[in-house]
Formats: sequence, structure tokens, C-alpha cells
Amino acid sequence: MAADNQANWAARRRIAAGWAHHLWHDKAGLFGLAIVVLLIVVAAAAPLLAPYDPAAQALRDRLLPPAWLAGGQLAHLLGTDQLGRDVLSRLIFGSRVSLVVGAGVVLLAGAFGTALGMLAGYCGGRVDDFVMRWVDTQVAFPGLLLALVILVVVGANVPSLIIVLSLNGWMVYARMARGSVLGLRQLPYVEAAQMIGCRGRRVIFRHILPNLTSPLLTLSILEFARIILAEAALSFLGMGVQPPGSSWGLDVAIGKDYMFRAWWLVTFPGAAIALTVLGVNLLASWLRVVTDPREREKQFARRMARKRHAEPVPAAAASVEARP
Amino acid sequence: MGRYLLNRLWHGAIVIFGVTAIVFVVTRLVGDPVGVMLPIEATAEQRASFAHELGFDRPIIEQFGSFVADVAHLDFGDSLWQRRPAMDIVFEKLPATLELTLVGVGLAALLAVPLGIMAALRPGRLADQATVFMSLLGLSVPQFWLGLILVYIFAVRLHWLPTSGVGTPAHLVMPAITMALPALARLVMTVRSAMIEELNQQYVKVARAKGLPALRVVGAHALRNAAVPVLTMTGWEIIRALAGYSVVVETVFAWPGLGLTAVQAITRHDLFLLQAVVFTVAVMVVFTNVLLDAMYQMADPRMKMR
Repeated sequence: MAADNQANWAARRRIAAGWAHHLWHDKAGLFGLAIVVLLIVVAAAAPLLAPYDPAAQALRDRLLPPAWLAGGQLAHLLGTDQLGRDVLSRLIFGSRVSLVVGAGVVLLAGAFGTALGMLAGYCGGRVDDFVMRWVDTQVAFPGLLLALVILVVVGANVPSLIIVLSLNGWMVYARMARGSVLGLRQLPYVEAAQMIGCRGRRVIFRHILPNLTSPLLTLSILEFARIILAEAALSFLGMGVQPPGSSWGLDVAIGKDYMFRAWWLVTFPGAAIALTVLGVNLLASWLRVVTDPREREKQFARRMARKRHAEPVPAAAASVEARP
Repeated sequence: MGRYLLNRLWHGAIVIFGVTAIVFVVTRLVGDPVGVMLPIEATAEQRASFAHELGFDRPIIEQFGSFVADVAHLDFGDSLWQRRPAMDIVFEKLPATLELTLVGVGLAALLAVPLGIMAALRPGRLADQATVFMSLLGLSVPQFWLGLILVYIFAVRLHWLPTSGVGTPAHLVMPAITMALPALARLVMTVRSAMIEELNQQYVKVARAKGLPALRVVGAHALRNAAVPVLTMTGWEIIRALAGYSVVVETVFAWPGLGLTAVQAITRHDLFLLQAVVFTVAVMVVFTNVLLDAMYQMADPRMKMR
């Protein structure tokens, strides 16, 4: 048992080392990971990092430009808004909304969608028909508009944002989980598990779910990026976080009215959204490559091909490169 | 084929009914329509008479029955804000949204095909990597922010284009670009991966081996087969724009279409107008879906088997 565990750990460490090695060579992925880690740290330590209370008004210091421009103050690095609130502090606290809404929706929609999708794929027949009909119908709904209507009625705040966006986003997980389960259900080890009398629940969670981990992870990260944009759009339209709270989308909406005099009010929160989403997207595309053996092989072949231009080729590398 | 399309139409009817039912449930059961539409300082008597006038005091089943009957007649009641039938307002605003969507997505599709092909011809090379990176960037920039930055540069600073509104072709430039850019980013990726896949197929090698000019191989043989996924995604972009993103773009540029109307209906607590807009958008989305299905059948004869 102990030896077994040790071998397990060694294998895991080897995989992790392989990933780290790959990440070091994929600069875009590294950049993405850095952004995501930064976002989490900033959101978690917001009260420690922010120089001011994000809602504290200082009417004497209204619309100060960023520190490096004429009239800017070092005390307000990124300037202040029309109420004299510190833009940097609002940016730091705004990251919390993006993170909480993004993570909440991914968890909620992911759990619900994956569960339904696995159920549909595993049971087949009428259950499958019903679930997939439901998915098809809901995919054809005008999502953002419906979200707006629901938010008007139930009131816009962070919990209702999470619920509304989850209602809108679970279908992709269901489709993906069902597709994977359909492929896995016929595999000998799943059939063997059924044969020796495992209950359905055990087969699904113990034997099928682990196979979904890597596609689910990639999908969740891509969805996380999409949700951040959706939350920003809803907050921009005034149907997300309400003042005096701070969210990047809301801050862009407020800054819009002062664009002629204060470009920094629109620019910084928008750039924060773009940078975050870009980082998340880069991380997702790195993860897709690293968890897909076919992609990994392609990369290996490419590296070998590059080497071949520089130096004489060993025979093994040439044969790898020749594979389609 | 006729039967398949009939099936799709039936599914579309279910979608429209579903959207209508959700809107009804959300506005009548979850929320309090009188509370949303009347100002906070309204007295209890005013609330009661308002509820009676609009029929909100009837049993909920009866309300749903008459709601569905009204919807079937395209009657969503009078807009509280403009005091005229909500559907009249919708029909008035619809062309502007269609114009913006079609010009924006059309522009994206027109640019995406050559860019995607260029990237696919030499995957992994500089042009390809640059295209992929630019697409990722385009996917990551929030649309409303992109619009505002364009306004700042081209209207506030350079005075080349009007900030917002409609009237001249110059008014359409920035809204169309804002609409097009995220769609362009996604479509370029689609064209690229579809073309890479097709260019690796045996028939392309045969065509090249027998000496067809490269332009013909890529343009006539591969592109034709790559067209199906590209068409699908273009259709999705139209649906995506209609189903929500036009709201954002229209708000930024004060473009008088359905999306802006939806936002105005929200700020003025005009539930009837909002319902009319949502219903119309649902119908358009369903219609686009059916149209797309019909187009596949023409683009790919294998689809007829289904």
C-alpha cells in the first residue's frame, strides 16, 4: 500500500514537473497564469493593497489625472473620479466582483450542467431525449436580454447576477459531459465496473467523472473568461453591481459621462477587464495543449523540426516529425 | 428536407413559447409588476386601481391565458412610457438593429475569410501566430469599452466621426466596427482551423499533385469544404448580436434600435415594452436558426440524410 502510494506520488510529481517545464517554454501561458494569480492575490488582499476606501469621496480632489500627468498627485496614482474617489482603489476592489461572479457561475453552472449531461449520456433513452431537448431549447433563448429582464424584476446584486448567469450558461457543460460519457460508456473498464455490480452512481462518479477532468477544466476556464465579460456588460448597462459598490463594468459606465474631460476613468477599468480576460484565455489555450496528448505530440514534433534546421537530425526525431 | 425544416419550425415554436412563459412567470409571479412600474411614493389606492386597470388582480391562470392570447395577436399592451402600442415602437426600431447587425457581422465575415486563410496556409509561422494573438486580444476586449475607446480617439480627439446617433453613413462606421471586432476574432479562428483541417485532407494533396494552381486548390476546393463550419459560426454571430450584444453597442452609440429601446424600457420601468422587445428578439433568433438550417442543406448535400 505504502509503495503503491509512493509510486503514485512519484508519477504525479513527474506530470507536474512536465507541466512546469512546458509552461516555462510557453511564454503566453506563463503570462496568462501570472495574470490569473495576480487577480486572485489582488482580490484576496484588496483591503491591504488599496490605498483608500473605494467609496470614500474627497470632493476637493475631483477628477485628478494620473500621477504622471500635469496636475496629478502621487497620492492618487491612477487619478480620481468625479466624486474624488481613488481610481486605483476602485480597480483593486472591483477585481473582487469579477472573481466572485466568475467563480460562482463556473461552479454553479458547471456542477448543474455536468451532472445533467452525465445523467443524459449514462441513462440514454427518454432521459437523454428530455435533457437534450431542454438544452437545445434554452440555447436558442436570447440570453443576455432575458438576463436583463430577470435582473430588473428580482433586483440587481451579486447573488442574483451569479444565478442569472448560471441559468444562462450551464448548457455547454451538459453538451460536453454528455458527449464524453457517450464515448466512455462503451469502454471495457466501464462495462466491467457495471458487470461486477457497481451502482450507477459509483460508475458515474468513480469511473467516468475522472475522465472528464481535463476537458471540463479547459471549458470552465474559457467560460470564466466569458462570464467576466458578461458581468462587465451587465454592470455597464446598470443591471449588475449598483453604486456605491465598485465593479469594472460599472466604473466604465460612470466614466463614460466624463470622457471629454477624464479619459482615465474609462480607460483603466476597461483595460483591467481586457487584461484579465486575455490572461484567462491564454491560460486556457495553454491548458488545452498540455492536457491533450495529440497537441503535445505536435509541439514535440515542431520542436524537433526546428532543431533539425539547426543541427543534423537523430533518426528518432525524424520519424516523429514524419507522423501526421 | 421539408420534414426536417418542419421539425425545426416546431422546435422554434417551443422556444418562443418558452421565452414568453419565462417572461410571464418572472414579471408576474417572481416580481411585483405594479411595484416595478409605479413610483415608490404611489399610495395603496393608486396601486390597487393600477393593478385592476391592467388586470393584475385576476387569478394567475386567467392572466396567463389572456397574455398568451394577446401575444398571439402581437398585442403586448400600450407602452407606459410612450402611451402607444408597444409593438408599434418595436417595429419602428427593428430596422436600425437589423442594419447594424447585418453590416457588423457581414464586415466581420468578409474580413475573416482572407485573414483566416492567410493564417492557415502556414500554420505556426509568424503571420499565423500574429493572427492568433490578435484574435485572442479581440476576444478579450469588452465590446462596450472598445466602442468608447473608438469614440475617444476618432470623435473626441480627431473629430473625424460623430460620437453617436444616426443619419449619415459616417454614423454607422464606429458602431459597425465595434459590432464586427469580437465577431471577427471568433470567425478568424474558425476559418483558420477549418482551413488547416481541409488543407491536410487527401483530396487537397491530389489536387496539388496533379498540378492545379495553388489559388484554385485553396480557393475552390478547400474553401468550399471549409464553408460549412464558417457559415455556422457566422450564423451564430448574427444570433449572438441579435440576442444581446446589440444592446451593448446601441447603448454606447445611442443607436436607436431594439437594444437601446430595451435599456430605455428598463430605466423607465416599462414592462410591456420590454416584453415586446424580448418576444421580438426571440422570434428573430428562431427565424435565423431555421434559415441557417435551410442553408446548410444547400451548402452540404450530406446533411439531407438527416
